[in-house]
Amino acid sequence: MIRSLNMLSHNHIPSASRADVGLAFWIAGFVLLILMPLLNVMPAEDSWIHLSDFSLNRFGKFLAFAILALGLDLIWGYTGVLSLGQGVFFGLGAYCMGMHLMLTIGNESVYGSELPDFMVWNQVKALPLFWKPFYSFPVAILGAILVPTAFALVFGFLAFRSRIRGVYFAIITQALALVAWLVFNRNETNLGGTNGLTDFKQLLGFRLSDPGTQRALYVLTVLCLGGAYLLCLWITRSRAGRVLIAVRDSEPRVVFSGYTPANYKLFVFVVAAALAGLAGMLYVPQVGIITPAQIGVLPSLEMVIWVAVGGRGTLAGAVLGAVSVNLGRSLLTNYFPELWPFILGGLFVVVVLLFPDGLVGIMRHLKERIQNMRVTALSAEEGLR
Amino acid sequence: MLKRIGLPILLALGLSIGAADAHGTVPPPPASPLEQALSQITSGDEAVRDAALRVVVELGDSTLISRLDDIRANADRPVRLAIKPVMDLLRNRAKLESPDPDSRRSAATDLGTSGKTVAIPWLDQAAATESNKWVRYTMRESAALLHLAGDDHSAKISAVRTLGDLASQNAVPALQEFVTLGTAAEATEAQQALAKVASVSIERIETWAAWSSAIETIFRGVSLSSILLIMSVGLAIVFGLMGVINMAHGELMMVGAYATFITQELFKAFLPTAMFDYYFAAAMPMAFVVAAACGMVLEVTVIRFLYGRPLETMLATWGISLVLMQAARVYFGDLTAVVAPSWLSGGVQVMVGVYLPNNRLFIIALSFVCVLAIYAILFRSGIGLRVRAVMQNRNMSACLGIPTRKVDAYTFAFGSGLAGVAGWALTLIGNVEPGLGQNYIVDSFMVVVTGGVGKLAGTIVASLGIGGLNKLLEPSLGAVYGKVCILMLVILFLQWRPSGLFAIKGRHADV
Repeated sequence: MIRSLNMLSHNHIPSASRADVGLAFWIAGFVLLILMPLLNVMPAEDSWIHLSDFSLNRFGKFLAFAILALGLDLIWGYTGVLSLGQGVFFGLGAYCMGMHLMLTIGNESVYGSELPDFMVWNQVKALPLFWKPFYSFPVAILGAILVPTAFALVFGFLAFRSRIRGVYFAIITQALALVAWLVFNRNETNLGGTNGLTDFKQLLGFRLSDPGTQRALYVLTVLCLGGAYLLCLWITRSRAGRVLIAVRDSEPRVVFSGYTPANYKLFVFVVAAALAGLAGMLYVPQVGIITPAQIGVLPSLEMVIWVAVGGRGTLAGAVLGAVSVNLGRSLLTNYFPELWPFILGGLFVVVVLLFPDGLVGIMRHLKERIQNMRVTALSAEEGLR
Repeated sequence: MLKRIGLPILLALGLSIGAADAHGTVPPPPASPLEQALSQITSGDEAVRDAALRVVVELGDSTLISRLDDIRANADRPVRLAIKPVMDLLRNRAKLESPDPDSRRSAATDLGTSGKTVAIPWLDQAAATESNKWVRYTMRESAALLHLAGDDHSAKISAVRTLGDLASQNAVPALQEFVTLGTAAEATEAQQALAKVASVSIERIETWAAWSSAIETIFRGVSLSSILLIMSVGLAIVFGLMGVINMAHGELMMVGAYATFITQELFKAFLPTAMFDYYFAAAMPMAFVVAAACGMVLEVTVIRFLYGRPLETMLATWGISLVLMQAARVYFGDLTAVVAPSWLSGGVQVMVGVYLPNNRLFIIALSFVCVLAIYAILFRSGIGLRVRAVMQNRNMSACLGIPTRKVDAYTFAFGSGLAGVAGWALTLIGNVEPGLGQNYIVDSFMVVVTGGVGKLAGTIVASLGIGGLNKLLEPSLGAVYGKVCILMLVILFLQWRPSGLFAIKGRHADV
């Protein structure tokens, strides 16, 4: 039966063999994990192959986004559920980590108080209770994953149980992003208000301003991305993964076949939230700031465009999209800040309208073209003979 | 007699008083008490000066203001400070007879807070002949407030009662003071009596205030609901027909608002000022047509190709909204304002403490008109019949020869035009800015989703519900937590009705 569902899919479904992860994955792994840090450390500063600390750090940020994009691809690309609230889960993870980093600043803060600076401004006298566990690093790490997970579990349970889906689900999650943005902006929630959490100094005793620390964080991010990729690969190639694709392509048929799509959707929604939380956790120490502006309606939508540009329904596409869109953004906003919204808006339209399979689709198309050309060339040659 | 002869001469002389004084020469002896007082105003002796000012207040009128101004210009600081309130009093007294009810009212308010008991007879006199109910109310309130500052005990008691009758919010601090004075241990009998009356009045005032604030809350709720309704109807029609949420709806509203702005500028530039007030009426069709044209272009170039893929449509329209917003930002800059026409500024006072601004009333009325118009088009016209047929069963309608694609395009344009009208209306309550559409747009998405597909009634009930709840929760929870609450309620509501309030019943395989 699963085989028959398989047939419904418009997209290419990778076969279960392990060989075709293969080369691209290992090459990418080699470049990201070994080559790039080496280019950062080894060559002289003025050498043309030297990768500056800034570039490496920026790339680390993109790779953190790529982890989030993997989760979003699971829920949107594979399962067909558009969540416009991924920024919220990202934010929850980021704030958990940020709170820990705030607390480790200690007396190094501007006011020299044990309390974070913004609390001193807001005349908060004692540390709020929910901040206290975040003195501990393991709690912060666990919190960054588990808080978004738990939140997604409750929200997803309510949403999927009552069969909210499609446009309805998208709108509800967008409202969630709006509400989260509003709440995080408030001062009395003691999360730093509009200014967010920033001015971090150290992590586990390592100075965050030290390039070595940032390099280590970069390597950690690459490892996490690799892990997340393998996890997603495992999910999508499992039997459950087949059901996810079937839900995307024809939910009624899945129901008639005796499955409960709500459970599968909930599972994958929770996994996506956990990955978003992980991404937020890795993002904060590398970028050094987290504000409500990064978790609102617009950022949440931008995350969707990463996946769309890269190619939804393919894991490599999610990673590729997150990195390329963010790279483009950071280059273009430098030179033409006024142009970026046009390009972003244009990307939404063009990708959806003309390239529904994104960069991966384009590459696949080109590959087929070349193969066809080779075939025709060969047969032409044979014809000549 | 003496005054009549002396005045012209002295007026001429009076102009030089200040100058003469500055040179230290003695002014000629004045011939009337008023003139004498005027000359004594600049006296260094405080007692003389105050007595003179009292005379000026009692005998003078607004014609003296310019002379006092001259005196003030040359006087030193304590004199200037002393003259200022006198001038205000005279000016306000003159304004009590002004033809404009608003300035009469503001004069009465000023006099009431001045604490000068001389003004009581003026106010009483003005109130006796006043025709406007609310101006008369303010005059009586001010007179009573001034009585509170006086010495006459029985007048005070009756003033306290009057203020209770009038439900005057302004009197509460003064009355509270009477209560604290009267309940203190060393209070005299008179003070105790006053305190008793005052506490009764305070209670009456506060009951009234509770009622009026409840009414204002309801009004604000209805007002927000009508804004949401105007914004959501266009969205809901398109959603009902095509299953598509147009995320650029907010930006189409912005287009309508800018169309209004441009109409205003055109009227300013090319038509006589007398015509200016009509620009707003002229801007309505402009806003509709421009936004509808934008919608038509959008449908033909983008939406049409995404038919049957609602999520992709959402993303594409969101992209368009980004482009439109940025285009407006680049072309128009960040802030442009539309001046509300005079017939829409101001407001109506319905009862004490309840003031309804005209622009809000206008939007409420407009939402009624819009709903009626849409109802008429959908249920009383041929094209409406076709739209409803496509809404119910697209394939069957196509089989029966209805050009479904054309229906889609026109409906989308119509929905966009409605967005333009909403933008036109929103210029009354906010600036015209590129972010205009973003303010309420997520709320209106929620309205559409809660209302359900394909029924106008659902949209109406949902916008009333969400708008009303918003304003109901706001006073106790604050705007943000009110929104949080509403989101939770909507999610819980969708547990019970997953496809909104009024879903079309049918035999589709909805699992």
